[in-house]
Amino acid sequence: MTDTVKRLVEPESIHHVVIRFAGDSGDGMQLTGDRFTSASALFGNDLSTLPEFPAEIRAPAGTVNGVSSFQVRIADSDITTPGDAPTVLVAMNPAALRADLDRLEKGGLLIVNSDAFTERDLAKAGYKENPLLNDSLRAYRVVEVPMTSLTKEATAPLGVKSRDAERSKNFFALGLVSWLYTRPVETTTSWITERFKDPLVRAANEAAFKAGYHFGETTELIDHPFKVPPAPLRAGEYTNVTGNTALAWGVIAAGQLAKLPVFLGSYPITPASDILHELAKHKHFGVRTVQAEDEIAAVGLALGSAFAGHLGVTATSGPGMALKSETISLAISLELPLLVIDIQRGGPSTGLPTKTDAGDLQLALYGRHGESPLPVIAAYSPSHCFYAAIEAVRIALKYRTPVILLSDGYLANGSEPWLLPNIEDLPDISVQFATELNHIAEDGSEEFWPYLRDPQTLARPWAIPGTPKLMHRIGGIEKEDGSGNINYTPQNHQLMVNLRAAKIAGIANDIPLATISGDEDATTCVLGWGSTWGAITEAVMRLRAEGTKVASVHLMHLNPFPKNLGEVLKRFENVLVPELNSGQLCRLVRAEYLVDAHSISKIQGIPFTAGELVAAIKQRIL
Amino acid sequence: MSDTIVPLTTKKDWASDQEVRWCPGCGDYGVLQAVLQLMPELGVSPANTVFVSGIGCSSRFPYYMNTYGVHSIHGRAPAIATGVKTARPDLDVWVITGDGDALSIGGNHLIHMLRRNVDVTMLLFNNRIYGLTKGQYSPTSELGKVTKSTPLGSVDPPFNPLAVALGAGASFVARTHDLDRKHMTEVFRAAHGHRGASFVEIFQNCNVFNDGAFKDIVSREQRGEMLIDLKHGEPVRFGADGHLGVMATKDGSLQIVEVADVGEDAILVHDKHRQNPGLAFALAGLSHDDHSPTPFGIFRQVESHEYSSAVSVQVAHAYERNGPGDLGALLRSNGTWTVK
Repeated sequence: MTDTVKRLVEPESIHHVVIRFAGDSGDGMQLTGDRFTSASALFGNDLSTLPEFPAEIRAPAGTVNGVSSFQVRIADSDITTPGDAPTVLVAMNPAALRADLDRLEKGGLLIVNSDAFTERDLAKAGYKENPLLNDSLRAYRVVEVPMTSLTKEATAPLGVKSRDAERSKNFFALGLVSWLYTRPVETTTSWITERFKDPLVRAANEAAFKAGYHFGETTELIDHPFKVPPAPLRAGEYTNVTGNTALAWGVIAAGQLAKLPVFLGSYPITPASDILHELAKHKHFGVRTVQAEDEIAAVGLALGSAFAGHLGVTATSGPGMALKSETISLAISLELPLLVIDIQRGGPSTGLPTKTDAGDLQLALYGRHGESPLPVIAAYSPSHCFYAAIEAVRIALKYRTPVILLSDGYLANGSEPWLLPNIEDLPDISVQFATELNHIAEDGSEEFWPYLRDPQTLARPWAIPGTPKLMHRIGGIEKEDGSGNINYTPQNHQLMVNLRAAKIAGIANDIPLATISGDEDATTCVLGWGSTWGAITEAVMRLRAEGTKVASVHLMHLNPFPKNLGEVLKRFENVLVPELNSGQLCRLVRAEYLVDAHSISKIQGIPFTAGELVAAIKQRIL
Repeated sequence: MSDTIVPLTTKKDWASDQEVRWCPGCGDYGVLQAVLQLMPELGVSPANTVFVSGIGCSSRFPYYMNTYGVHSIHGRAPAIATGVKTARPDLDVWVITGDGDALSIGGNHLIHMLRRNVDVTMLLFNNRIYGLTKGQYSPTSELGKVTKSTPLGSVDPPFNPLAVALGAGASFVARTHDLDRKHMTEVFRAAHGHRGASFVEIFQNCNVFNDGAFKDIVSREQRGEMLIDLKHGEPVRFGADGHLGVMATKDGSLQIVEVADVGEDAILVHDKHRQNPGLAFALAGLSHDDHSPTPFGIFRQVESHEYSSAVSVQVAHAYERNGPGDLGALLRSNGTWTVK
């Protein structure tokens, strides 16, 4: 970076910035955002990301439907959200400008690829006139950069054809923004070297990246760069992780901690497929993955593997959950451990496949026929998906029950720095298979009763095929308490329904109590679950900084609830429940505890911002 | 296997203590007896054997076997069995199913288990009726079948189970019937011995809701002229003194002929190991109703890539290549940085 004339301008230090890269689906915006994130993570910032992309792989180029965006917030302090509004919007074409301009904060920096503002592309985006030529953008600081032609110029000496050169323009944008926020160059250039095997592509991307960086340095379009110093994160070793990766690793870890081979049955579905992809890579952990013929087979395979003594797992999203319902009920009846992962997306039906939502809570709790309670766990941040998976497996194994683990599209694709745990500190969740006969028959002979329960946990013995003498048959027909033989009698059915319910309810004795964050003496409590944790945490922090007393409680265990939840909620005059659904947890706590909880609802396929929550909470209590 | 001691078992060791609850006179009893009789001869142990079934009369079968068993849900037995076998290729896995269970609600799992060639032995009890729900037409009921749900006769044509299996690429396809214990036993033995998915259709009489569905073919009086017993390597002949035979015509279809009319050399010689399933498919389609000569025995038996062992081999190779999984290394695999 020394071969050009540098303007001697000192970067201005700021605490945080929100950058949004937006372009066509084919423009490589996810990659650009991901690289900027990595460089910032390695630099030591705290960060939070929000990737957003269309359901179409290549929606018609240049249209608003085809816009793919990646928002990243970097900060010099601990942050929990990707920011309320971007400070900087990089728009690679008119459609991206049209789709995302409303999000940019007033006075924000708008960097546009002016080459893409042709009559044709403007028309495709629905612009009647060029917004760069009228005063419609006057509320923003607009920087027009002919990125396509500058990229072509920079790569032409390498012999790159004009058409191919265009593909590197996202690296030009990355270079420019990397200069603007004084990101280390080395992180990106060495990644380019490693990632691109074709020497010409590698050289073109590196040239485009450097050209973008130099462009910022040498032109005066942007008066000076900024720096966001590293955040004072807790000492230790960090990695940047997305929710789906953390969740897949959590499943692998759970298998290791349980000393059981992992068996994933899964059918491709957005946004859960990455769990299948990730687990399929790690067969040397003894992980078996089967891409099933459908969602029903996927959970059936997992349940079959559980009967055979493996850690059975299936991962899906809402539509798949609906299809798995009957098999999950069978797992409840068979009382076998099973992990069912639901990466929620907008519904009903196909809904918003690539967008986030929390509308499956009641599906998870109640979406089965008959009396069929099961434990429900929700992850609250990308890295928390790792621990949530281990906890879900712990409960499934110990209580021989299917457990539904809820994540969502925002957690799945969003990322954050993760302070790596000490492997030795992770819990031992191993279980014992039954090996001995456990009952004396009337004639005095010993026999095996598959439904003879542990008096503490009410879990039944898990006797796997291959174990001598413990042959037994189980099925979905109601079973006699103890022996497990078919039994249709009224009293037995009532008893079995009660036992299955008591087993799940009893898990409340085996999970942490609900804890209050913020002001314990506040009159208002914000109750949350799942991925709203980041926005709630930041909103509560802002309100408290303004002098408003407020508390929050965040739930990881949604069935059973922590034992003290009712008592905790009753301490507050106002209980507000922000959810990316129409108030599913809110209705539940009202019904369960007779507290006058109020819903703060948003169902737009995008997460709450902290600002929205601050406003909603204030409206309710001030 | 040499160091595994398989206990010597008797028929008694394989029967559970549960009372068998099929209707008196049901064809299922005969199949259960054939299986119970066969198991001690296979040199396997009840503890290593798993029976998985779906829903329907026949799917109660696992309760009557003193093995590991799962009576699952409607249509899903092939998926659950694939899970059992893929997790534990060391187990001996059987699937018990019926025409409604396997060919209607579970059609998708059936074809994919066969396509993957999972080493599972599937016995499909075909009685051409829904018995447990008291008599609706099934996907193998003949066109025009009058049942409670089709008072004016069904208007959808039936599946040919063997053709479905062959179409899905099944590596072992056979047919037997509930009135011939010896034939059943031999077909089951071969199915069990086959490495890969074995598909056995059993003509099974439902004496309550569809009595006599197959009597024109399998009854003692009719068998001689109606049952074509396929024998590997032998000409396909049947009838008194083998006066009838099956001949391939120029267009590839099969036709029943008087052997005397065409000469012995013109008669098709059955080769169950033929890779191309065309002739097996033609044999499966030879009979188009319940009143014409119908082939029984093993239609197809070919060596093919087996699924559960292939999955295990991939796991073993990954282990050899990368060593045992190291959780600490996994968590660091995307790069890390240290905050001091």
